[in-house]
Amino acid sequence: MFVNQFLFLAAVLFCIGVYGVVARKNAVLMLMSIELILNSVNINLLTFALRNGSPDGHTFALYIIAVAAAEVGVGLGLVLLVYRNKKTISLDDLSEMRG
Amino acid sequence: MIAQNIGFWIIALMMIGAALRVVTTNNVVHAALWLVVVLSGAAGQYILLAAEFVAITQVLVYIGAVMVLFLFGTMLTRARIGAESDLNNSYKKLGIPVGLIMLVAMGLALTDSFGDERLPESATVVSTQEISDQIFGPYLLPFWALSFVLLAAVVGAIVLARKD
Amino acid sequence: MNIFSGETEVLAPLATGWFLENAWLIPVIPAIAFALIILIGKRLPMKGSELGVLSMFGSLVLSAGAGYQWIQRTNSATEEQFVAPVIKSWNWWQSGGFEFGIGQHIDGLSVLVLFVVAFISTLVQVYSLEYLRGDRRYTHFFAALTLFSGGMLAMVLADNTILFLLGWEIMGLCSFMLIGHWWEEDANSRAALKAFFTVRTGDMGLLVGISMLYFAANDWTQENLGLSGFSIRGISAWALSGEPNSTVIMIAAIALFIACIGKSGQFPLHTWLPDAMAGPTPVSSLLHSSTMVVAGVFLVARLYPVFYVGLDIPGGGGNLIVIIGGITIVISAALAFVQNDIKRVLAYSTVSQLGYMMLGLGAGAWLPAVFHIFTHAFFKACLFLGAGSISHSASHHSFDMKKDMGGLRKVMPITFVTWIVSTLALCGVFPFSGFFSKDEIIDNVGYNGYNTFMIIGLVGAFMTAAYMTRATYLTFFGEPRGASAGHADHGDAHASHDAHDNHDSHDNHDAHSASTPHESGLLITVPLMILAVLAMSSGFLNATPFGESWERMKLWVEPRPAEVIEETHSGGPGESLIINLPSSEEGAAKTVCGSAQPESGVCYAPKLKHAPFKWSKAMISMVIVFLGIAISWILSMLLFTKRDPRLVGLTQRVKVLGFGHKLLVNKYYLDDFYEKVIVRTVAYPISRAAYWFNQNILDGILHSFANNTRKISEWVYKNVDQRVVDGTVNNSATFTKSVGTAAQPSQSGKVSQYGALLFSAAAVAALVLVIINT
Repeated sequence: MFVNQFLFLAAVLFCIGVYGVVARKNAVLMLMSIELILNSVNINLLTFALRNGSPDGHTFALYIIAVAAAEVGVGLGLVLLVYRNKKTISLDDLSEMRG
Repeated sequence: MIAQNIGFWIIALMMIGAALRVVTTNNVVHAALWLVVVLSGAAGQYILLAAEFVAITQVLVYIGAVMVLFLFGTMLTRARIGAESDLNNSYKKLGIPVGLIMLVAMGLALTDSFGDERLPESATVVSTQEISDQIFGPYLLPFWALSFVLLAAVVGAIVLARKD
Repeated sequence: MNIFSGETEVLAPLATGWFLENAWLIPVIPAIAFALIILIGKRLPMKGSELGVLSMFGSLVLSAGAGYQWIQRTNSATEEQFVAPVIKSWNWWQSGGFEFGIGQHIDGLSVLVLFVVAFISTLVQVYSLEYLRGDRRYTHFFAALTLFSGGMLAMVLADNTILFLLGWEIMGLCSFMLIGHWWEEDANSRAALKAFFTVRTGDMGLLVGISMLYFAANDWTQENLGLSGFSIRGISAWALSGEPNSTVIMIAAIALFIACIGKSGQFPLHTWLPDAMAGPTPVSSLLHSSTMVVAGVFLVARLYPVFYVGLDIPGGGGNLIVIIGGITIVISAALAFVQNDIKRVLAYSTVSQLGYMMLGLGAGAWLPAVFHIFTHAFFKACLFLGAGSISHSASHHSFDMKKDMGGLRKVMPITFVTWIVSTLALCGVFPFSGFFSKDEIIDNVGYNGYNTFMIIGLVGAFMTAAYMTRATYLTFFGEPRGASAGHADHGDAHASHDAHDNHDSHDNHDAHSASTPHESGLLITVPLMILAVLAMSSGFLNATPFGESWERMKLWVEPRPAEVIEETHSGGPGESLIINLPSSEEGAAKTVCGSAQPESGVCYAPKLKHAPFKWSKAMISMVIVFLGIAISWILSMLLFTKRDPRLVGLTQRVKVLGFGHKLLVNKYYLDDFYEKVIVRTVAYPISRAAYWFNQNILDGILHSFANNTRKISEWVYKNVDQRVVDGTVNNSATFTKSVGTAAQPSQSGKVSQYGALLFSAAAVAALVLVIINT
């Protein structure tokens, strides 16, 4: 197996995730796209762990999974709060940051 | 080796297809289910990469817990179960070139750096013990920090989602 | 002596003791006290203040003990022998191969500063008992004050740069809390924020410097000393080993010095310091005499080898530290002339004195500079507390010298006498402490080949004498004015004064403010008297004019530049056998450690020269100081009492003077410069670029070419013609407005748009990088 086949898979997933983050209006869908990005990073970490023969990458992959779980928890909490206040989770309708 | 390669390509194509569906489908619940496919595929890839513990964690945490969260999130925000028409915003057109440019950049960098380098043939599975030695040894401090992150996330999620 | 005979010799172990070995307890006590005050302080009979005072007293006793035993340790060593610092370190935490230690590094410098900090903190806490009585956040004030001292003490005895950084940042945080103690006043919270942000600007330098030193020094220190690249001892030895790349060490030294500029209020980041006077007076006294602002000077003194080598201090002529120090001395002394607020005069005076310390350090006068930290702490704390005493008891919490003071020498005799003593010490009049430190700095600066800066130092001495005379005259002489004359125009005073310290709204001082001026209570005057006595006498600890035997500080504090071979497997830091190697006296003058590079050992301190004391030189500076006092006295009398028509309104009549006055009153427009020019030049092009990108690229893809052309020509017309040509005439208000309007479209508030822009920028940048690198 080539190193690159895994890395390319990760790259493709990453780009799809980026597209999703940019293009999706629904906040839940945007969070899902972020999960795609995080998973592609994990694939990269594990590929390099195998290539270098060290378990460091595994440790960090686990940490990323934990951080992702926390992120989803907080993210969905935010989405719920937004929904409760605005009756919508469409990101286009949230423009309080407008300068 | 050949079996592994075949496995890789099947799973990889499945993942890419599913990932594309996640970002293009017009149904939030379908998107969540397609995401399950991607995440399971990732778990399969982890096994190919001799990382069984991470793969199991992936199944438990992602497919088990995170997906349930997503489905609950969808339910609580009363998304329609059927298809919706306006899930994408006006920056959709910008997203495609951005993604492609990134892919080109990464592709160039990857072919340039790794070319046709191969992974070691006889990879031994990294045992759970090794990982725990790492976590509770040199990487103890990030582990602590992570515990705080999780604690803060739990408290934060409760505070955010409370009714009052 | 057979040290010089060329044979190595095993010397007797150095004396040590309980206080030296356990000096790490000194910052731990206030830290525990802080936690206790926060937890149970409010329920205690004195609202937690007793814990603060007791903990500081405990630290004081321990540091005094450590000081005594350190003196014994130096006495037990021979004249040229390297007195090993008492170092203890523990592994604090480690992560991914990096190990971070925690521990103590006790040598002459840290013992000296520990003692000063603990001493001043104790007095300030005692003083605050009275000064802040009845304050709404009394308990929190003492908690913050205690933690602040704890942070400073931890920083002083840190054995590695990480712990140093920790103490440094604790101080930064606590100074924010203390300066903004009366945050109900808008000005106070703004001053606190300004202090915090300005110092943080410099702190980036500290982080950069520490990391650079770690990565540069770690290999060498691990190999030769078995220490990490964070340890102060390791870094010192590395810097003097001749190993470091001169560019790397220079950049590291500059980065560290930027942190010192921020912390020690050096030009051009000195602007926070006078504003920080918004805090309660005890805070000003503590922050600006011995702790916060001295931290920067202490950093230079602590990692002196890095600066010594990195900035080529022995080279003479001029380097970054002396230049900044010299500029600071003069410009802040000039600013002190136009202040009406007595605490601001003292603040600028502090900035100027810190400039002296930096000047001394930068010019190789390490010992006089460190000694100046010591003496300055006493007389400046005394001056600040004296100003607080005046405002507390005589002028209705006003600090305005012109409006509310004058003629106070009769009603406040103790405050007056202590003030005069400290002022004379600050001016550097002969038997007072400032003379022995400041004059030594000036003398050594000249002796080490920095002649220009010696003249700047003398000019600074003249100015110091003059502005302090002005302040003294306005406060204590002449006719009583405003509040100090007993006018009960309290409401009016409130409206017209600065926000400083009119905390009547917060506490129950109202009963007291209606009374006439009187002397302050014992809790205030006793610390003043103690400090005044020290301001008078502390100089004799290193009285160079009286010969070698009086130079105790040199013996106790200055590290001795000997080559040392360390036995890493020795029993403990105190018992380690020190093998002293010969150092050739001939080469001593031109090299750092007595030889070009330490040949068979390591060297922890550079070899510094000391100027021989000459009465003739001292007389010159004395004459200058007396001239300053006399001229300023006469002018003050003419201007403020006699209202001489030739002087009154001079700045309005003479254009040049008026311009200078305006420049000074506006603090050289530095604040305006920071806010209007720097912040805007950073913000303006970014928002403009975003606007341009938005209008021309994003829309341009969709819109037609013609449209674009029209826009570009419009843009050229609007920006080049209207803004550049006409804009030079227009004032800054329209400038600001156009910035806002220009930036508006890019701030749509839509997360997706931000994300899209972010990712596209990242994608393009990544592509560019990849193409360049492949």
